[in-house]
Amino acid sequence: MALDKTIHSAFARATGPENVIDDPVRCRAYECDGLTGYRVVPDLVLLPRDAAAVAAAVRVCAEHGVAFVARGAGTGLSGGALPVADGVVISLSRLRRILEIDPVNRRAVIEPGVTNLEITAAAAPHGLYYAPDPSSQQVCTIGGNVAENSGGAHCLKYGFTTNHVLATEVVLPDGSIVTFGGDSPEQAGPDLRGVFVGSEGTLGITTKITVRLLPTPETVRTLLADFPSIGAAGDVVSDIVAAGIVPAAVEMMDTLAIEAAEQAVHAGYTVGVAAALVVELDGPVEECEVQFDQVKRICDRHGCTRLHIAGSAEERAAIWRGRKAAFAAVGRISPDYFVQDGVVPRTRLGEVLDRIAAMGKAAGLRVANVFHAGDGNLHPLVLYNAAAGETERAERLSAQIAELCVELGGSLSGEHGIGTDKACSMPKMFSRDDLAVMQRVRDAFDPDGLCNPGKVLPTPRLCGERPGPYRPHPLEEAGVIERL
Amino acid sequence: MTTAPAGRGAFDAHRPPERDLLDDCVHCGFCLPTCPTYQLWGEEMDSPRGRIYLMNLAEKGEIGLQGPFHEHIDRCLGCMACVTACPSGVQYDRLLESVRPQLERNVERSRGDRLFRNAIFALFPYKRRLRAAALPGALYQRLRGVPAVRRLAARLPGRLGALESLLPPVNVREAFATLPAHTPAVGERRARVALLSGCVQDVFFHRVNEATVRVLAAEGCDVLVPRDQVCCGALELHAGREDPALGRARRTIETFERLDVDHLVTNVAGCGSSMKEYAHLLADDPEWVERARVFSARVRDVHEVLADLLDDGGPRAPRHPFRGRVAYHDACHLGHAQRVRTQPRAVLRSIPELELVELPEAELCCGSAGIYNLVAPEAAAQLGERKAANVRSVGPTVVVTANPGCLLQIGRHLGTDLPLLHPMQLLDASIRGTAVPVR
Ligand SMILES: Cc1cc2nc3c(=O)[nH]c(=O)nc-3n(C[C@H](O)[C@H](O)[C@H](O)COP(=O)(O)OP(=O)(O)OC[C@H]3O[C@@H](n4cnc5c(N)ncnc54)[C@H](O)[C@@H]3O)c2cc1C
Ligand code: SF4
Ligand code: SF4
Repeated sequence: MALDKTIHSAFARATGPENVIDDPVRCRAYECDGLTGYRVVPDLVLLPRDAAAVAAAVRVCAEHGVAFVARGAGTGLSGGALPVADGVVISLSRLRRILEIDPVNRRAVIEPGVTNLEITAAAAPHGLYYAPDPSSQQVCTIGGNVAENSGGAHCLKYGFTTNHVLATEVVLPDGSIVTFGGDSPEQAGPDLRGVFVGSEGTLGITTKITVRLLPTPETVRTLLADFPSIGAAGDVVSDIVAAGIVPAAVEMMDTLAIEAAEQAVHAGYTVGVAAALVVELDGPVEECEVQFDQVKRICDRHGCTRLHIAGSAEERAAIWRGRKAAFAAVGRISPDYFVQDGVVPRTRLGEVLDRIAAMGKAAGLRVANVFHAGDGNLHPLVLYNAAAGETERAERLSAQIAELCVELGGSLSGEHGIGTDKACSMPKMFSRDDLAVMQRVRDAFDPDGLCNPGKVLPTPRLCGERPGPYRPHPLEEAGVIERL
Repeated sequence: MTTAPAGRGAFDAHRPPERDLLDDCVHCGFCLPTCPTYQLWGEEMDSPRGRIYLMNLAEKGEIGLQGPFHEHIDRCLGCMACVTACPSGVQYDRLLESVRPQLERNVERSRGDRLFRNAIFALFPYKRRLRAAALPGALYQRLRGVPAVRRLAARLPGRLGALESLLPPVNVREAFATLPAHTPAVGERRARVALLSGCVQDVFFHRVNEATVRVLAAEGCDVLVPRDQVCCGALELHAGREDPALGRARRTIETFERLDVDHLVTNVAGCGSSMKEYAHLLADDPEWVERARVFSARVRDVHEVLADLLDDGGPRAPRHPFRGRVAYHDACHLGHAQRVRTQPRAVLRSIPELELVELPEAELCCGSAGIYNLVAPEAAAQLGERKAANVRSVGPTVVVTANPGCLLQIGRHLGTDLPLLHPMQLLDASIRGTAVPVR
């Protein structure tokens, strides 16, 4: 049942008729985001031009009980911007002004439709940049970044979006406008800014964001090192950290992951070695050089068999391409696979990997490992052959690995948001009580359940079916992204 | 025996967009930021991703061609910035090339639109008519004999006026001048080339053609300019008028294929991109496919030829220094469509002391885009203003770009205080040691 004409005209009054798309064919262009498997045609798409119009539109939603979904650039990979049937999409693509660059206090105030990279472009003349660097940064919007708490490989040193958002102006689901946070990072009272960042559009729509800017690093150095054992590579990571070095990024891959990645993108990794480490340092030239030498020595000390230092931007890009292709590439060495996503204390890495290997052997299955070594985020990939009847065994092993991470003091993570895609997995990660608390927070903001309903928290309708085996996104196969 | 392929979804059987090409798009949105229409309006349907999505739906028969679909495809400038931006290698150029003729065949346009388009295409591909139209005085006075123009004047005199106001004034001597059929290389010959003189180019920018011939000769090329050449069909091709475009393609191939030359050279980005496409365009025509392939393989933009000569032995002709900041604007049909970006810069850098500056938002179309500033004047004007502002922001002494459409469009928005040239004019002045012209 579509919305009736009086509601249509109320929206037209709220945003101006030229900012409403009601033609069903045009609306179909909005039926999905970066995850095209889920599609729902919205009844209307609104393209407000300022915060007041966003608030007016949301008030119409509140008044008439119409569900709404915010949309930035629609690059989300978890179906977060998937429309709701008989609902409206509120696109922030016309709120794209850079309101202020304040080089003295190193801050920028921007509207939500500004892209991540545009912030850096505007700050660059002042020698500043915006640090969080999702691989989609040229297109994804800061509003989407705030909603997803997005990050990239360099979040190890610099943190995620939440560490760089000082304040956000929000249109709440009742249409009122509030500001969470403020100019200074320390605010009295509960951190509602922190609650809002990462809420995936379920608590309101952000219409203005104040972000922190950092001075552009003077230099970047990247190396790729091979090791005869996972343990040796793990020790290198520990020693780097113990030496007081904070790398911009540290990534590790094991032999199966390397083999797969190299087959896929030919990035110059050594097939056959037990482990490869990617270490990137950035900062002042002198500090960088000294620390880079230290890192090289640490690598040598632990029996590094090959050390490749990127000599140009292209070589650096190749190293990263290999690393980012690893996930999707596993499809080349195994017909089917599950991806697990866990966080373990870095100090227990060797132990975790040994136990995973033993569990794999016991189950008669291979496990490949890709690891954000710096922050302990581990992605074990369980390889199996469904046609050979290995599915159940693989599922069991995958679950055991997840439990192992939790047992060793870790947790599960989801870098690309929960959205529609993973809502049904939430009960695996959180207890009934956890989920109930989350629901109560959500209800406090959105008592009528109109703000991006059906996302993040599981609903019976959505979760009738079990999620299937991992299917790589085509961009993962190309080494452009990774999705966990 | 041949069987006619069935139509697919809303498309007819003649070259519908290929399913494989549509499937290449993974909906990542990396193409949004450099799409001029998405920049202007921020609407998904006016982005490359949205257009491909709609093509997809039409191919599956879920939506029709008439209405929203054709409006959003019409609004596409064909600038191919999306092809450059796409990490997955989506060939939007191929998709658009098959969709536009489908619309021309299967979509009923409004009467005004039809009259206007007919008048445009009765005018542009014909040098003689362009000359007549461009001379001072009313366009209609001189072209009453052309039925499409007469009909437009009778029914929509306002649109005729709009068309006329877009034509730049031209000096009579220039409009009627012709290039020498053969210009010998200066000194030892390094290559033999044939030049496509273009239609708009040859009428409005004859001086660019003269400069091009002089530069090529000075760099050691024998330059042939066949007298019997016709329009290459680029404007019609990019507007989806397939049959006349293919007719012109065949005639152009006929004219040039018999010449004993190393390269077929053009200094017009739009012409180069369509001539390099002939092989693909005529792929279904058994009589022409091989001739077209051979032809396309020989086509080079003038900057490609000159950059190769620079690599192979350096500049032949000594250059006089040019002390100034030169802003190079990548014409879409050169940068995005032909991926020719480094060569024009290398050629410009062969001028001593010249400082090359890059433009902000360099990937963004200036709004010229073939007939776009005729059929969508408002959007074209906004893009033109934006380009002019970006040009001014870098404070250049001279602006250069290698396409007559861009020269006209940018010139209209930039005003006359800054010299605005084709790179060949600047290089020619540097080689000859003459003053740099203003236009
Ligand atoms: C090729 C590719 C690579 C990627 N790489 C990374 C990566 O490295 N790291 C990473 O973290 N992500 C990555 N992503 C995922 C995606 O780009 C991020 O999640 C991004 O933050 C989404 O921004 P968007 O503007 O596209 O938002 P959308 O996809 O439009 O929306 C995402 C969510 O945010 C909500 N939302 C949007 N705007 C607002 C607003 N103003 N107020 C409130 N809620 C809002 C939506 O409702 C939705 O739930 C990648 C995606 C692609 C396609
Ligand atoms: S060709 Fe240009 S205008 Fe058309 S969709 Fe691509 S980027 Fe946009
Ligand atoms: S055309 Fe390319 S860049 Fe654009 S959405 Fe499709 S895959 Fe992504």
